[in-house]
Amino acid sequence: MSNIIDLSLAELVSNIKNKKISSFETTTAFVDRSKKSKKLNSYNEDTFEIALEKAKQFDSNPDFNKKLPGIPMAVKDLFCTKNIKTTASSKILNNFIPTYESTVTDNLWNDGAILLGKLNCDEFAMGSSNETSYFGNVISPIDKDLVPGGSSGGSASALAAKLTPATIGTDTGGSIRQPASFTGTVGLKPTYGSCSRYGIVAFASSLDQAGPMTKNVEDAALLLEVMSSFDNKDSTSVDFKRPFYSKDLSKNIKGKKIGIPKEYRVDGMSQEIEKLWDDGKKYLKDCGAEIIDVSLPHTKFALPTYYIVAPAEASSNLARYDGVKYGFRTDGDNLIDMYEKTRSAGFGDEVKRRIMIGTYVLSSGYYDAYYLKAQKVRRLIKNDFNNVFQKVDAILTPSTPSSAFKIGDKSNDPVSMYLNDIFTVPVNLAGLPGISIPAGLDKKGYPLGLQIIGKSFDEQNILNIAYSMEDKINFKFNVKEWWMND
Amino acid sequence: MTKDYLIERNGKKYEVIIGLEVHAQVLSESKLFSSSPTKFGSEPNTQVSLVDAAFPGMLPVINEFCIKQAIKTGIGLNAKINNKSIFDRKNYFYADLPQGYQISQYKDPIVGEGSVVLDLSSGTKTVGIERLHLEQDAGKSIHDIDPKNTLVDLNRSGVALMEIVSKPDLRSPEEVNVYIKKLRSIMRYLGTCDGNMQEGSLRADVNVSVRKQGEDKYGTRCEIKNVNSIKFMQMAIEHEANRQVDILEEGGKIEQETRLFDTKKNETRSMRSKEDAHDYRYFPDPDLLPLEFTNDYIENIKKEIPELPDQKKSRFIEKFKLSHYEANILVSDLDTSKYFEDVIQNSDVKLSSNWITGELFALLNERNLEITESPISSKNLSKLINLIKDGTISGKIAKSVFEIMADGDQNPIDIVKEKDLKQQSDPRELEKLIDKVINENQDKVKEYKSGKEKLFSFFVGQSMKVSGGKANPRLVNEILKNKLK
Repeated sequence: MSNIIDLSLAELVSNIKNKKISSFETTTAFVDRSKKSKKLNSYNEDTFEIALEKAKQFDSNPDFNKKLPGIPMAVKDLFCTKNIKTTASSKILNNFIPTYESTVTDNLWNDGAILLGKLNCDEFAMGSSNETSYFGNVISPIDKDLVPGGSSGGSASALAAKLTPATIGTDTGGSIRQPASFTGTVGLKPTYGSCSRYGIVAFASSLDQAGPMTKNVEDAALLLEVMSSFDNKDSTSVDFKRPFYSKDLSKNIKGKKIGIPKEYRVDGMSQEIEKLWDDGKKYLKDCGAEIIDVSLPHTKFALPTYYIVAPAEASSNLARYDGVKYGFRTDGDNLIDMYEKTRSAGFGDEVKRRIMIGTYVLSSGYYDAYYLKAQKVRRLIKNDFNNVFQKVDAILTPSTPSSAFKIGDKSNDPVSMYLNDIFTVPVNLAGLPGISIPAGLDKKGYPLGLQIIGKSFDEQNILNIAYSMEDKINFKFNVKEWWMND
Repeated sequence: MTKDYLIERNGKKYEVIIGLEVHAQVLSESKLFSSSPTKFGSEPNTQVSLVDAAFPGMLPVINEFCIKQAIKTGIGLNAKINNKSIFDRKNYFYADLPQGYQISQYKDPIVGEGSVVLDLSSGTKTVGIERLHLEQDAGKSIHDIDPKNTLVDLNRSGVALMEIVSKPDLRSPEEVNVYIKKLRSIMRYLGTCDGNMQEGSLRADVNVSVRKQGEDKYGTRCEIKNVNSIKFMQMAIEHEANRQVDILEEGGKIEQETRLFDTKKNETRSMRSKEDAHDYRYFPDPDLLPLEFTNDYIENIKKEIPELPDQKKSRFIEKFKLSHYEANILVSDLDTSKYFEDVIQNSDVKLSSNWITGELFALLNERNLEITESPISSKNLSKLINLIKDGTISGKIAKSVFEIMADGDQNPIDIVKEKDLKQQSDPRELEKLIDKVINENQDKVKEYKSGKEKLFSFFVGQSMKVSGGKANPRLVNEILKNKLK
């Protein structure tokens, strides 16, 4: 048998169920490796001791009917975890310990998983490189100078470095798919309403969605199956019949129609990405799918629309961090002074930038020109997808316009940073499911991903397509363990 | 006909234009977006959920009961119920506003235009309702417990309020008084708001402007925030209207602003000008879906609507032949009307109305009680009225029985028996009694017979006195007339 840390989630589950390995052995393997991987800075908080204790408990009274029996798992530090510090990687929550559990993580634990720790991310999930975290940037295991992507950068880094067998992130504009693409892993953003937002620190409520980040497509299907549930504590949660994604996973995509949107061929897109995309089409054809050219005419407005809608919602969502009730506070001479000092010291630059943008676009006199117009354009972008989905079953695009960049490369150029999300943002605006799968390497040897976008609640379909492509792509990538210390 | 309420200055007459934004707390066990209880007077911060305190990741979930209450109220205000409405966020920072925004309804309220009919001494007047929307209440900042710190109580945070916005149709403090009472009466009938102003269940922002009599254009208005009693509203309007007239008479201009009413000094003072007005940055709350319901949903709620004050009044006038005035008094409060209807189940309507609006109201007033706390039950009052009606006791005796009842709600029949207060209606007995009076007052009889007819009441009085007040006055009159012929 291979090393525990090299096994996929599905393999681990099956080995534990077959009693080939115990939860304790599994947990110990990931804890040990995590302890040796501090350089990556992927954890904000670890719960190793509790995890080992829980693994022992599981082994002494195992329930193999659980879907994730005794599986250790670290999660993004945006999910509130009961009695475990939850910070959203922000100073303003650096002492916050929730008394409650998010629905998504609750689903994990109820199905047997064990919390390994809380993973670093961009502050309040605002960023594409994990450089905005109050706890410092996360390093990609691929290269010591490389960002893991963001905002779920700690999750991507920990997964790629095999510190956790699988993980979960949140995706508001690409925060699961982009880091997955940067680290050669699989990341799925489900349809808006599939996973409950209850207990997830909110960034932009109409866009936020939790999803799985895994080594392969099968694992993503399994983890989504556990995460997704109807939740009456979230008014935007949708009550639909959730399939057994892992059980129904199939490589038969014969006759599926796959759209190739011409608008995604952006200016200055590298030859490598072009080729990656072409290869993707070829693999799909090999699987018996049909490739159809389609048009999503409003694509070019997606990024500006996103950078109005998301900051607008964020500016309001983050108003609760005021130093009054919980979290960090700087005392002041009076209430206003306390607010100003607390929020000045408590939020980082990127968060402040987005609060200011959001406040601006909602102000009286600007609301119609920005927020209202953005809502209208958002509707047009949704309509684009609806129209295309009359003709095709799914859409294939690159996940990102480039591979991972170097730490510090874009941190002083927000617009260039925002451009990284150009292919992922429209999917959030339309509320659709999208999955990024590793599809190749660029000439620097860094991973590149392809994105498959599906119809609302049609996760099974994009999982099946991804599953088929994964087989053809046969992506092999082994990170050199340069960061490990003893 | 009451005189128009006008402010006179230097020979000019000014009309006062008033519009109200009433904040009525929805009568509900739990809050608008959380399941926390809403009990008034609880220990601070004991009625607070994680949602109410805006913890990270907490989400609002609409309480359908509050929605139904708002729809009912809309129906009671003869208003259009909107099949689709939207919850918006009103963004501002304050220590007792945990989310940093209030969830309210801005462009698309749940209830649209409607109307309320006021009964004024000069006749009826219809006041337009602009809209009714649902919103969350904030918590309470307490500045006077700790000398250095402000304390915050979040018990009220998230409690459902209905903001009922009137058109600028009110013209005097008296109309405001009648309007608030009518709104309260309608909501109490519906069970949608208890209207308790002491507990803050009903408060209002008052918009006041003035214009010269006869002008069409409205003047610039000032808004007086958060006034919590009818008396204060009236005082505030009075003061504010005069302040505005003074400014205009001195050649000044009214600045649109928000003002506060100082109840101790009886004056309004500026809180913030239009320039300093908050930019609330309203936008639809992305945590909540638009509120949508079908016409069937509204129709089903309509079926639950009880008889409302206006309908009840018409019925009382028509069925019981009550005067407009009596009917108005009896229906203005649901509990009073219930009490009345209980009494008249077995008793004379006219007598019942008189006794309730007369003796009973006086008693309640004197003891500062609500009718629900009446020391005399409707059942016993009904019995008392029947004793009067069938001649067992006189009205005068009834009053003393009533007084005894007021101190213990005894059955009046028992009181009459015990105290031997039964009216003397046996003609033979009365004749004996009257003969005695006549015999003992022969000189007066002579005087009477010689033309001093005023003395008749002397004989009545004497006869009543001898009977200990129990003689049937009608019979005494009859017998005396015969005997003294």
